[in-house]
Amino acid sequence: MYSYTEFDEAFVRERVAQFRQQVERRIDGALTEDEFKPLRLMNGLYLQLHAYMLRVAIPYGTLNSGQMRQLAYIAERWDKGYGHFTTRQNIQYNWPKLKDVPDMLDALADVGMHAIQTSGNTIRNVTADHFAGAAADEIEDPRPYAELLRQWSTDHPEFQFLPRKFKIAVSGAPNDRAVVKAHDIGLEIVRNDTGEVGFRVLAGGGLGRTPMIGKVIREFLPKDDLLPYCEAIVSVYNLLGRRDNKYKARIKITVHETGLEEFRDRVEARFAQLRPEFGGADQALLAEIKAQFARPPLQASSLAAFESAYTNDPVFRAWTDTNIAEHAEPGHAIVTISLKAHGATPGDATAEQMREMADLAQAYSQDELRISHEQNVILPHVHKSDLPAIHARLKEAGLATANVGLVSDIIACPGMDYCALATARSIPVAQQIATRFDELKLEHDIGPLKIKISGCINACGHHHVGHIGILGLDRAGVENYQITLGGDGSEDTAIGTRTGPGFAYDQIVPAIETVVNTYLDQRESPDETFLQTYKRVGMEPFKAALYPDQEKQRAA
Amino acid sequence: MSRKFTPKVVTANALLEGDVVYLTADDRWTRDHTEAELIEDEAHAQVRLVDASSRADEVVGAYLADAKPGEDGPEPVHFREVFRTRGPSNYAHGKQETV
Repeated sequence: MYSYTEFDEAFVRERVAQFRQQVERRIDGALTEDEFKPLRLMNGLYLQLHAYMLRVAIPYGTLNSGQMRQLAYIAERWDKGYGHFTTRQNIQYNWPKLKDVPDMLDALADVGMHAIQTSGNTIRNVTADHFAGAAADEIEDPRPYAELLRQWSTDHPEFQFLPRKFKIAVSGAPNDRAVVKAHDIGLEIVRNDTGEVGFRVLAGGGLGRTPMIGKVIREFLPKDDLLPYCEAIVSVYNLLGRRDNKYKARIKITVHETGLEEFRDRVEARFAQLRPEFGGADQALLAEIKAQFARPPLQASSLAAFESAYTNDPVFRAWTDTNIAEHAEPGHAIVTISLKAHGATPGDATAEQMREMADLAQAYSQDELRISHEQNVILPHVHKSDLPAIHARLKEAGLATANVGLVSDIIACPGMDYCALATARSIPVAQQIATRFDELKLEHDIGPLKIKISGCINACGHHHVGHIGILGLDRAGVENYQITLGGDGSEDTAIGTRTGPGFAYDQIVPAIETVVNTYLDQRESPDETFLQTYKRVGMEPFKAALYPDQEKQRAA
Repeated sequence: MSRKFTPKVVTANALLEGDVVYLTADDRWTRDHTEAELIEDEAHAQVRLVDASSRADEVVGAYLADAKPGEDGPEPVHFREVFRTRGPSNYAHGKQETV
């Protein structure tokens, strides 16, 4: 795993020291809020509905056990004993006090972590496939490139005041687990016709108010050209991006308004200028970074314990069937720990649970953990013979929910329970849906189904790419929830379609149940997933079930 | 004819804790909505907001929120303001902890 160089360490410490002084000057009145706000945002500190919120980056979602323990310590020492893992591989603390934040940042720096550029109009935390470096389908580990991008973008003098925030995601496998097509820049590691490995580069994707799927700006980019090409994209955007209208300031609008051809021509021209300036220092650095991401040596051993538990323990079998993914090394597995216990807050973990996951990573997963954009935690390198022991310990910690990829594995943004921008609540909707389907005992029968909930149009809950998406709005002073169907966050990215008028807070869970029951009625066999059924039958049966009165009127 | 003015309270977040606060008639910041000054006059509301905004070393982001008279004092109108009087719905954190 990557560990900080002296340069990283000195930079982060210096930032904390600066911020400590800035906080002091704000508290003693030397800085106004208008002066202080951009400074706190550069360090991940928001003011939310009920309190401050500190957003800490977990670059490309990778953590070691020491870092996870430190996150637990921070939660207990300065917050309310828990943290919230987000859809951008960050962790958020919901209750810090302003004067404590510099101490929290110092505690993060102690383990090579920070909150830099987790807010503001800068290049944000670079995200990656949470199975990176472990997945069986991977061409190459995307994380060294994500780390290179992190170093390049951190405090990049040209890109500290972009027209708007800027998000980059990298995937190293044909199965996209990082929603790369919904990012400002999406990077897919691909192999070209001659067998050379490089990047397919997408630009102008994004969710929010105007959802757009990223467009291919370069079909094949040689690996050595990564930084100059990304710099060219961001610099063209920096020049053309609209600063007159916040809602039109993201690169997706720039690419849309400029046209892909014109935008690409400008990027290629800028790239031609920039390329010679990258004299190879970036590649030397990349080589050093890569060495640190080499997969730890994994030992082969007997599978008997695993096979016996799988045969004899139905609870273990159910968990294995949903929460385990294929590892590149035979005999090994990738474990997804669900942070979606039925009725719990999606993505929340208590300090105690964080410590248990850290201990499990140290004992069984080469000291590594990952955070997924789906708000779960991953043990990436586990030998299958250790799975029964891991499962037993997860059960003790309330972390053994066997629901990954199922109806209760819901992404939900903090919504109006925490967020100052939200227009409605998301968390209680997620809690109630999960609880309801658990009561019905239908979850495993329903099969793969991704529900994603956002509490406002900004779409932090990725509702546009949910198989079922839920968007909470304020309609004339009342919470109202729109449903979209058919969204997809995989390599076949699609934006969902609205079913029709929204539903009141107390109607949304029954409405989702209606949608799921309609699927169960319509599917040709239990093997046909929700998304497959929707693609086959279209919106009509769902509309008819959701809005029976309108159907009657039409029939009359 | 001008539209009838909806009564307001001045609200903000405390600088140090971030907690929701309301301006009282005697110029204190209270954590309790029912202790807020219910402002029935539009011009007075603007003056009170200016007063509040000038206290930058105590609060952040002062604004006027709709309110109505209630038995124990002013009550919030919009659901967002109702949530701000108590805290999140998933845990008993925030103001509801101490009630």
